[in-house]
Amino acid sequence: VSERIRVNPIACQGHGLCAGLFPERIRLDDWGYPIVDPEPVTKGLARHARRAVSACPALALAMARVDEPAVPRSR
Amino acid sequence: MSVARAVEEEQAVRLLAGLRPERALTLDEHVAAYGRPGPARDLASELQAAELTGRGGAAFPTAAKLRAVAARRGRPVVVVNGAEGEPLSGKDKLLLRTLPHLVLDGAVALAAALAATDIVVAHSASADAERDALDFALAERAGAGLHPRVSISRVAVPDTYVAGQETALVSYLSGGPALPAFTPPRPFERGVGARPTLVQNAETVAQAALVQRHGAAWFAAAETMLFTVSGAVGRPGVYEARIGTPLARLIADAGGLRRAPRAVLVGGYAGAWIDARDARGVTLEEAALRRVGGTLGVGAVAVLPEGACGICETARIVTYLARESAGQCGPCVHGLGAIAARLERPGPGEEPLRRWATDVAGRGACRHPDGAARLVVSALSVFRRELEGHDPSRCRGASR
Repeated sequence: VSERIRVNPIACQGHGLCAGLFPERIRLDDWGYPIVDPEPVTKGLARHARRAVSACPALALAMARVDEPAVPRSR
Repeated sequence: MSVARAVEEEQAVRLLAGLRPERALTLDEHVAAYGRPGPARDLASELQAAELTGRGGAAFPTAAKLRAVAARRGRPVVVVNGAEGEPLSGKDKLLLRTLPHLVLDGAVALAAALAATDIVVAHSASADAERDALDFALAERAGAGLHPRVSISRVAVPDTYVAGQETALVSYLSGGPALPAFTPPRPFERGVGARPTLVQNAETVAQAALVQRHGAAWFAAAETMLFTVSGAVGRPGVYEARIGTPLARLIADAGGLRRAPRAVLVGGYAGAWIDARDARGVTLEEAALRRVGGTLGVGAVAVLPEGACGICETARIVTYLARESAGQCGPCVHGLGAIAARLERPGPGEEPLRRWATDVAGRGACRHPDGAARLVVSALSVFRRELEGHDPSRCRGASR
């Protein structure tokens, strides 16, 4: 099953380490918070992805399955 | 919002058929107007066939949500979401205030479909008339011995924009702050008191009561929606109209235009501006609105007259939304604040507004930033002319 990186935006403090460690899928917005490319993490990039996840000081990143179910939530 | 009636079109009056705008129907009046709940049906199947979707703004299929809760272990909870934090919307308050028994019938039907015995009806803390109507209706039902095994409680939630977001509601009803939570787990997995929880908007619940009575075919043959009409119209208020009704028809029934229109905001603060020229021929259905950059959202329709400034109006709304951010997610806190400040300064420029709006969408725990982004992106195209060299100090005094 392919995976992508998921940010918990409540936990994220905008340290920005992830973008430095995984520039192939993560860039920072004008305020230093990560914008994650929703493209699945290919095999060759898996090490970079895992390094970014484990380096986050806020523990705000996780690997998530791409096939997550539809999101029932209002607004 | 004193006026509440239906667009005068055949079969357009359903939810509001028994409405007396000035007060709540008693239980007897309710039964006389709407009949008693129908025979036991497989409500999930009926709702699916009816294709009823959530009327809180997200239009998620009601049957799918119901089934997601039904598939979980544990005693489920049904939450009627009448918080309605959207300033341009008054339909849920109208339902709670005038037709509480219709909402409660729907809630009881949804609970029965889940074999649930706990229902919570949430309304905003400032909604006094709604609170009183609910209390009276609940006392009437208890006195009449209706559904003795079902316990229905009423909870006032804070008067904030995000309190009605479903994870915020679940958090508050579980004793936490009224703030959105990171998902998963979603309410159907872990909701009120960690139990599987069905959260449905008050209008959705009232519509479910009609589906339960009359079945899917009846519902789908002439599906209606509640619209809250405001701005430059003769009789602002809540109107029921068939899905697919021309927007012009809804506006005509709301007393018509008081002044020539510049644009129409459809969907509430989290909706989108539509240029008056595009609005003229559009019908009130999601696909048609999408073609002109709009969305049904919560069904709020606000008419901006010619001469009022759409950029100033958008700045005012985004400032409000920035202030109403739960303050939890960086992109929402910083992005909405930056967009609001930029819109309020002279010569805001399309860039970086468009990039910021695009960047913040989808990056909060809830969809608060997405709504603001949609609004801003629509403003940038509809009010292109006003944006050019815009100076808020020169717009001051522009009538709305």
